[in-house]
Amino acid sequence: MAKKNVLTDPLVDNNPIMLQVLGVCSALAVTSSLQVSLIMCVALTSVVACSNFLISAIRNQIPSSIRIIAQMVIIASLVIVVDQILKAYAYEISKTLSVFVGLIITNCIVMGRAEAYAMSNPPIPSFLDGIGNGLGYSLVLVSVAVIRELFGAGKLLGITILPTVNDGGWYVPNGLLLLPPSAFFIIGLLIWAVRSYKPEQVEERDFKISFPVRY
Amino acid sequence: MGLRNFFDSMHHHFDVGGKYEKYYALYEMVDTFLYSPKDVTYKAPHARDHLDLKRMMSYVVVAAIPCILFAWYNTGLQANTALQSMGITAPNTVAGHIINLLGIGFNPDNIIANMIHGLMYFLPIYVVTLVVGGLWEVLFAVVRKHEVNEGFLVTSMLYTLILPPTTPLWQVALGISFGVVIGKEVFGGTGKNFLNPALVGRAFLYFAYPASQSGATVWVPVDGYSGATALSVANEKGFAALPEMGFTWMDAFLGFIPGSLGETSTLACLIGGVFLVFTKIANYRLIAGCLIGMIATSYMFNMIGSNTNPMFAMPWYWHLVIGGYAFGLIFMVTEPVSGAMTNKGRWVYGALIGIMVVLIRVVNPAFPEGMMLAILFGNIFAPLIDHFVVKANVKRRLRRNV
Repeated sequence: MAKKNVLTDPLVDNNPIMLQVLGVCSALAVTSSLQVSLIMCVALTSVVACSNFLISAIRNQIPSSIRIIAQMVIIASLVIVVDQILKAYAYEISKTLSVFVGLIITNCIVMGRAEAYAMSNPPIPSFLDGIGNGLGYSLVLVSVAVIRELFGAGKLLGITILPTVNDGGWYVPNGLLLLPPSAFFIIGLLIWAVRSYKPEQVEERDFKISFPVRY
Repeated sequence: MGLRNFFDSMHHHFDVGGKYEKYYALYEMVDTFLYSPKDVTYKAPHARDHLDLKRMMSYVVVAAIPCILFAWYNTGLQANTALQSMGITAPNTVAGHIINLLGIGFNPDNIIANMIHGLMYFLPIYVVTLVVGGLWEVLFAVVRKHEVNEGFLVTSMLYTLILPPTTPLWQVALGISFGVVIGKEVFGGTGKNFLNPALVGRAFLYFAYPASQSGATVWVPVDGYSGATALSVANEKGFAALPEMGFTWMDAFLGFIPGSLGETSTLACLIGGVFLVFTKIANYRLIAGCLIGMIATSYMFNMIGSNTNPMFAMPWYWHLVIGGYAFGLIFMVTEPVSGAMTNKGRWVYGALIGIMVVLIRVVNPAFPEGMMLAILFGNIFAPLIDHFVVKANVKRRLRRNV
């Protein structure tokens, strides 16, 4: 596979959230504010890229029977580094992200890419694959966060865009968008939109309705 | 039959290969709205009465007529009573100006004045629901090539009846859009929705705009008038305080209390319920199951008792008449698509909703009204309940033939 595809494929064609439906829990949890989502995206992208690189570098030394444990050690160490950096330089945001930074360890995207790509490819393409998947994840997270923060609180990155009624403006904020279930709806609608645009992503039906629709 | 001939002469334009093939759904909608549809149940196990979707849905609308009429009357009555108590003779609202123009007045003892005033709030909400929801229906029907059916008339009517009279119209439009699209069309349209679309729309508004969907000021369409629902009064002060606050049991049963447009009158709902059960549109097992669940759970809470939560002591006959219980029992629990389909499952499904509604009302302090959430909860469990009933039946019959 050419290096360019490794980087750009996961954006739309093979998006980790929208097509593989991985890493959804953090997408639901942190997207109520754009700032937090951006930090989360950076954290996850760097972890996937570095873990892919490191795992790929030693892939021939890892015995197959304990490979998950070996991968976990690498991923967990990287996540702890990220967590410590956040606590040192962005303490407020690390408090908002709280447990979700730690949960990057169990994020399916990181494990999935290590298993599916890094274990069978050389380090540099693996690194790019990690960056690409991180960007695919970020693309969805940022879109969801923009919708949620803009229409749920009338702000973007804490700056007022739509003045809300409580502050004397005209916009009535949609409280549902600040609750995690709204991210489910938005991701669902995104998937719907992408699959209408790229019908090859649609899964095969489990069963066919035999009754004629038009009779 | 001039009109019939007109439709028949138009038919080939909309048929496969015709000029307006794309708009078949629209043609079909107008045709079957005016005439009986050709498509009736013809296979076993429904071959008994050739029931069609149109008759079924129309009957539900007919059953809702007492609630609709009462919604007009009671909304006007609440508004006019509030105006009288505040000494306002010409309220500065659109409805107020129109009524002044017509010279009808705001006398709460005048039935006509009440009806007209209530209609001023009912009609805009209903029209917006029909137009916006109808647009979505037609759009999906055209793109997905299925027909528009009378089910939407039911959804729009029920949706209107469970909204507070002061709901802003743009919220009405958003709610019905969410209800129709997310609650029904994404799953494939009528018959494939596992949730009740009207309730999905209402729940969306409830969580998105809590300030205009709950609280003390939204139930009576008069500015600055605060009239809490009987349920929230009971939640704060206990049901024993209800008569002091002006809610007698009889008032609540007949429906002269503030609340969502059409849900206040238990009597009107019961009249519709008798009609639905008698015509076999609604299954009595669902209603009976839900009543049993509600009565048993409220008895349980009565026996447990609580010093801090007055709702524990509320008897079942109060649970029945206040809030949305009666309306939900008759029109939402009995909805055939989103409910359980097996007879045993129907008892369980009804009971589950009955139990949940009392649980939410009594134990959860955040939601004084529990019927909407209880029914949505039941909807989600309906397929699972059916699955176990069917599985049990398969097991029983297998054992018979070992």
